[in-house]
Amino acid sequence: MSKRFVRLGETRRPEVQLYIDGEPAVALQGDTLLVALLQHSNRLRTSEFGDAERAGFCLMGACQDCWVRTEEGARLRACSTTVAENMRIVTTQLEISWPQQQ
Amino acid sequence: MKQIASDVVIVGGGIMGSSAALFLRQRGLSVTLLERDLIGQHASGTNFGNVRRQGRPLYQLPLANRASAIWRRAKELLDTDVEYIQGGHMRVCYRDRSEMVERMESYARDAKELGLELELLSAPAIHKRFPFLGPEVLAGSYSALDGHANPRLVSPAFARAAQRLGARIEENTRIILVEKVGEDFQVLSEAGTVYTAPNVLITTGAWGNELASQFRETAPLTSFGPNMSVTEPVPYCIKPSVGVFTTEEKETVYFRQIERGNVIIGGSTRAPGFPNTCRTHVRPQNTLSQLQQIRRLAPGLGQLRLIRVWSGTEGYLPDWQPIMGPSAVAAGLYYAFGFSGAGFQIGPGVGETMAELIASGQTSIDLEPYRPSRFSPEVG
Amino acid sequence: MAAAAVEPRVVVVGAGPAGSRCVEALVKAGIRPLVIDESARSGGQIYRRQPDNFTRSAEQLYGSEAAKATRLHKSFDGLQGRFDYWPESLIWNLAGNRIFVVRGAQQCSVEFSSLVICSGATDRLLPVPGWNYSGCYSLGGAQIALKAQACAIGAEVVFMGTGPLLYLVAAQYAKAGARVAGVLDTSPFYRRVAALPDLLANPRALYHGLGLTASLYLKGVPVYSGVEPLAIEGDAAAGVSAVRFRDGRGREKQLHCDAVAMGYHLRPETQLADLARCQFDFDASTRQWLPRIDRDGRSTVADIYLAGDGARIRGADAAEASGELAALALLADRGQAVDSQRVARLQQQLGQLERFARGLAKAFPWPHQLAAQLADATVLCRCEVVTVGEMRSTIALTGASEANRAKAFSRVGMGRCQGRYCANAGAEVIAAATDGDICSAGRLRAQAPVKPLPLALVEVAPEDWLEVSAEGVDPVLKPAEAGL
Repeated sequence: MSKRFVRLGETRRPEVQLYIDGEPAVALQGDTLLVALLQHSNRLRTSEFGDAERAGFCLMGACQDCWVRTEEGARLRACSTTVAENMRIVTTQLEISWPQQQ
Repeated sequence: MKQIASDVVIVGGGIMGSSAALFLRQRGLSVTLLERDLIGQHASGTNFGNVRRQGRPLYQLPLANRASAIWRRAKELLDTDVEYIQGGHMRVCYRDRSEMVERMESYARDAKELGLELELLSAPAIHKRFPFLGPEVLAGSYSALDGHANPRLVSPAFARAAQRLGARIEENTRIILVEKVGEDFQVLSEAGTVYTAPNVLITTGAWGNELASQFRETAPLTSFGPNMSVTEPVPYCIKPSVGVFTTEEKETVYFRQIERGNVIIGGSTRAPGFPNTCRTHVRPQNTLSQLQQIRRLAPGLGQLRLIRVWSGTEGYLPDWQPIMGPSAVAAGLYYAFGFSGAGFQIGPGVGETMAELIASGQTSIDLEPYRPSRFSPEVG
Repeated sequence: MAAAAVEPRVVVVGAGPAGSRCVEALVKAGIRPLVIDESARSGGQIYRRQPDNFTRSAEQLYGSEAAKATRLHKSFDGLQGRFDYWPESLIWNLAGNRIFVVRGAQQCSVEFSSLVICSGATDRLLPVPGWNYSGCYSLGGAQIALKAQACAIGAEVVFMGTGPLLYLVAAQYAKAGARVAGVLDTSPFYRRVAALPDLLANPRALYHGLGLTASLYLKGVPVYSGVEPLAIEGDAAAGVSAVRFRDGRGREKQLHCDAVAMGYHLRPETQLADLARCQFDFDASTRQWLPRIDRDGRSTVADIYLAGDGARIRGADAAEASGELAALALLADRGQAVDSQRVARLQQQLGQLERFARGLAKAFPWPHQLAAQLADATVLCRCEVVTVGEMRSTIALTGASEANRAKAFSRVGMGRCQGRYCANAGAEVIAAATDGDICSAGRLRAQAPVKPLPLALVEVAPEDWLEVSAEGVDPVLKPAEAGL
């Protein structure tokens, strides 16, 4: 999958390892999660209403178009989250996972 | 002065008034429906959208059953989709209120006699069938033939259907005076128009007393606003509408998922309503208590985010029953207001019943529990 | 815990140019405000800072505005310890004099004695077929990618819209080495000429703006004025591939690209002011609803002040002035002495910048007729994916002629962004469909939460968030003790 964002500088930062839909990927320290993901893919999520793949829009926490989640189910707004070592991100649609019953 | 005559003037364009307008037209009476703001804008359009019969007093079930039949043919009747989903309605109780199980059992026995089938479920079966319920849930009572609908769409759909059959509908028309002059009522709007009719139906919800008091039939009406929230959309997987059966107000939360995926959450604590400003605000504290309670009912929802909250202006009476029936003071005057936060499901049944009563002078529904004069023994 | 820490506080919302200057003036007057900002670091969007391990200079980041940005950051940083600071925190609702704040999954409520809202602005957007494809970004978003992350939003970027930011961001991209496929301005060139008298109110900014355009020409970037956007071409999976438009002479053209940055000037973030029940007025010159303020920033609600672009789109310099002015108004209302000469100077400065802002609104008008004429198939609401045609047929069916009513029936504005990116165009569609004027189409009422709120909230006491010394905090320090 082609990447969307193009780095124009600040490339000599330490690397951070993360996993996108199970695949290992490398980001740079200080990247937002949105930038980290769009270095490896041209999308962040699929619109719930099936019109298109989405890759964020406003980058300032206003449009809410860049929500992804971790493998554990936590929801992250990619544009306002800094990437962290060993983040495991899922970009497919959320399924509600019900608690295991007693 | 502009004068408009019809067989029936309905004041109040919520679900009661707009459904009554349709059913009156079906019976051939000419109808003028007057709404102070926009059709279905207040309680009728801002409630949770529960189409549930269970939990209502047993004496209300004939009315609820009548409404249920209308809901099931709503699409054909209204020629539009009001997003009625017959996904079932589930009432559950918690482990720390196990005494509620017995009450659910006896209610189910009595309701069956009145035509409402309820299936009782207990742990672990209830969790297997409805895996989204939290471990605190002990038992539940499931009504397969109930469900939920989109309240924003329903009243306007009834009004449009009535209009297609010839009803006259005027929005942004505030009525300031209703008087009986001879055989007819004269209904005066703020703009100075006089609407005349031998019959007047007052369906003005939380504003019921504004006109009822002109006939000295003031009801002990108070106003509250429901506590409503909606989540971001997630894949559709919850069919029934689910609520908690408890004696503790803050525990009374309920939720439903719409086909687009959003989960609508209601309940916990109501906010005081402000009929004078026509706007009731959600109290942030109430949103917080609702979120805390909904996570007990369905912990999985804790992964989601709320994207919007809202409220509306509802009218409540001390016995949680509406003012519904003929005036004790003026022949030809009828009331149907103050549904105390539980009017949505029975709404179309109320409209049909009031239409029947006005058109034929009688109805098979026992209106005694809702008698307008029940709070004022000196009248009637 | 010292009770003083939870006494009603002077609260400043936002730490951009307006919030930073407001905090400075309050601290100078001996008040210890509580500053609540959504970002991790101060500066707002315009003077947004890059992460610590980035190395570009202020000149590279902020160009001609580098000195201003640096001064603002230094002022805020220098006052640390004299105000309480809750970064990465959002006021999601308020009631009476109590604000409800969320940070991550924690929520905390605090009472305020005064509230200064400096909530900033977001891009105003005009839908165009295809703007829901991946690769479309707001202009502000494109700028943030560059400024805060040293990235371009694509390998070949088209800038489309109108307003000063359009040329600024395009020039910044070109300077940073990104490929700018073209700049498409919906405003015809003669508009800018006609606006010159007002624009001369700020000759430095005007000169700077002309320089940006010149720099684009020098780099060989095609710049078109008076365009009509036709479509963003591409597909649902791969995203943007081209922009199709009609140029000023009516010729249809296409520019290939893999990203589009779009914006039509700015709109204020007014949700908090609205939830606080401030009154709004329709501003005909920008066709937007704005909270009513007096010349010092007092809203119509006691103890609530509005400053910066969140109140009026007047730009960063005006934001600084209005933030300080709001602080001085707050101090005067509390009975504290304020420097009346300073107030007069700020008011005068603000008046001049307002004239410049009016000039910009004339030079780069919101192309409302394009919104009114949008093709039925265009997605209007990106969140809920409702098309213009669906909105129009809802209006035709229901007679809805007002924004909130149309929202109730069509879902336009009901999604996650709460109408931030569709409300302006939505109102134009309603007005056009009902023969009503834009004013009677109304405005979407704000509904809490201001931004999505986690259901799994954990409530914490304000003490847990307030950085307090062992002996507790006196929320109002005497001016002498503050030593300023």
